[in-house]
Amino acid sequence: MGTPSVLWNVAKKCFTVGVISLTVSDLFSSIVPVRGASMSPTFNPKTNSLLESLSDDRVLVEKLCLSNYKFSHGDVIVFCSPDNHKEKHIKRIVGLPGDWVGTIYDVVHIPEGHCWVEGDNLASSLDSRSFGPVPLGLVKGRVTHILWPPNRVSSVERKTSRNRVSPS
Amino acid sequence: MRQWRSIAKEAMDRASIIVKFLCLLHVTDAYVVSSNHVLGPSMLPTLNITGDVVLVEHLSHRIGKLGSGDLVLVRSPLDPNKTLTKRIVAMEGDKVTFSLDPTRSFSSRSLVVPKGHVWIQGDNLYVSRDSRHFGPLPYGLIEGKVFMRVWPPSSFGLLG
Repeated sequence: MGTPSVLWNVAKKCFTVGVISLTVSDLFSSIVPVRGASMSPTFNPKTNSLLESLSDDRVLVEKLCLSNYKFSHGDVIVFCSPDNHKEKHIKRIVGLPGDWVGTIYDVVHIPEGHCWVEGDNLASSLDSRSFGPVPLGLVKGRVTHILWPPNRVSSVERKTSRNRVSPS
Repeated sequence: MRQWRSIAKEAMDRASIIVKFLCLLHVTDAYVVSSNHVLGPSMLPTLNITGDVVLVEHLSHRIGKLGSGDLVLVRSPLDPNKTLTKRIVAMEGDKVTFSLDPTRSFSSRSLVVPKGHVWIQGDNLYVSRDSRHFGPLPYGLIEGKVFMRVWPPSSFGLLG
């Protein structure tokens, strides 16, 4: 007689906790693991393909920037891949709308509403050099701090390379 | 002293009910169904120029059940602060033929929609700025599918 009501209470508590944590993770900040070496040495400086998930960096992603989509050069962002909406990538913004960005072959103009992203480890990074400028609407958050591993807890700084980008 | 504690406790209880309600409202708005005010001439005659209130469901695009012919709410690739309402004309892999200037029908182009993208067009081809101008739209910019109109009451009903 008491068990259904206990189960119901537990279910209600789980549902409430789930809804609140989903709202906080959507509107304020969330913690995501960084996979791959495309942002070395900022994230995952030593990749070891044998031990994967435990040694990956975990970073804090803030979502307050999504209210007006105003970013700066050098911000590290999380965005949905333009080729596969189920995958998310973490890269650094190198160009903002209106900038001219120099690649190996030519100079690209970033159209309105788009940005140019590149990984810190240019040798092994799939970024705007392959799939072009990324619409800002695909951005899902900005990385502010590294939270794991404990010996590398720090805030993520902006890094700009002025010699490749000329502003509008 | 005890009055303050009981007042504080009651305030916390009321505040927690409000917080839980707002969180539930956000989750419903973002993951189940929400309403949107759409206006502009680019979707005539389907949607009115003076503005309609439509209901948008946020489930189909997450489970991949969108197809050509669906009315969708998308985030504009030209300005991330704006949302557009257009119709999906072609999914990834389809070939789409279009003309940039519908008044001169003998200038047309064809292309295949790349992987992970869709081709959207407004129903009113003469005044709509859509994929014919900014190219295929990444699937990740789709926010939901429009399925019903609730205002004005004279055109209440299912859409699409």
